[in-house]
Amino acid sequence: MTGEASIPGVHTEPSSTTRAATGLLLYLLAGLYFGVVLVKSEAASWYRIQEMFRFESFHMFGLMGSAVFTGMVTTILLRRSGLKSRDGQTIRVTDKEKGWRRYVFGGLTFGMGWGLAGVCPGPMFVLVGAGVWPILIVLTFALLGTYLYGVLKARLPH
Amino acid sequence: MTELLDFLHSPWPWYLGGPLIGLTVPLLLWLGNKSFGISANLRHACAILLPERAKPGFFHYDWRRERWNLMFAGGLVLGGGLAGLIFANPEPTRLSAAGAQSIQDLGVQVRPSLFPSELTDLSNPGVWLLLAFSGLLVGFGTRYGGGCTSGHAITGLSTLQGPSLIATVSFFVGGILSANLLLPLFMAVIG
Repeated sequence: MTGEASIPGVHTEPSSTTRAATGLLLYLLAGLYFGVVLVKSEAASWYRIQEMFRFESFHMFGLMGSAVFTGMVTTILLRRSGLKSRDGQTIRVTDKEKGWRRYVFGGLTFGMGWGLAGVCPGPMFVLVGAGVWPILIVLTFALLGTYLYGVLKARLPH
Repeated sequence: MTELLDFLHSPWPWYLGGPLIGLTVPLLLWLGNKSFGISANLRHACAILLPERAKPGFFHYDWRRERWNLMFAGGLVLGGGLAGLIFANPEPTRLSAAGAQSIQDLGVQVRPSLFPSELTDLSNPGVWLLLAFSGLLVGFGTRYGGGCTSGHAITGLSTLQGPSLIATVSFFVGGILSANLLLPLFMAVIG
């Protein structure tokens, strides 16, 4: 990948803006991939989410369990292999902030919304794409909720 | 050809969908050392939309560095259109017998869709209330908790982050409570 022979006088290295644009396009494609998987695996289905929170089916648990297992194994392999990221950097995983309060209180709040609407942020975008327009109400109020957190952040236990 | 079309329209079993979801974690790490998460986009959108002078400190950062995540969300919308409109499953979700019964008890019909039409009937003010209130909880909760299903339950757990385990357990406690108690209450009022 690196150390490509360049022809004298010919500028083969793409400009940084081209590189950035290609990079951004790849993220769009990654999102497209994930969106298709969310619909086809029914993780974006309101019905499946309701079934999950009532423990009436194995589907979602199998889905999330095998997703975590696959993510874990492939991430370990990726890091062990010494493979660099596309831009030549060492693969590194950013650690989540320490603590528990924000994860319990924030987690409970998010979970309540997830169980009530039957959608979490990923499916929110996916459902808008699938033409379920009323989800735009959920999305708008999710933005308002995010803003509210920004306003109240300093006063909340973290 | 018809077989291929049938496959594209069919829902996938968990043992195919799950691993494909999990692969997103190494994929984004390889693409540019990105931690897979979706709810951060809500913060980016606020940072973009809010006027500079009215912005709380939480939204003062260079959102341009996070453009990749906005592109990812854009991809989700496209993927939703591709799989949810063009290759939509023509059959209703194949729920378990118990699941189908509970959903019927809620007053919702199982039709071929991702989201029930009873909850998209905007002529009903109760539907507005339900959608708005859950959106508010999701938006506030994900930022307070520092992530959602993708950031904590998928990425965090698969990279062995302790905080993500606490968050994921809390997600489920909250979800179980609202799906079993709050939603039936709402549905009785909406009915």
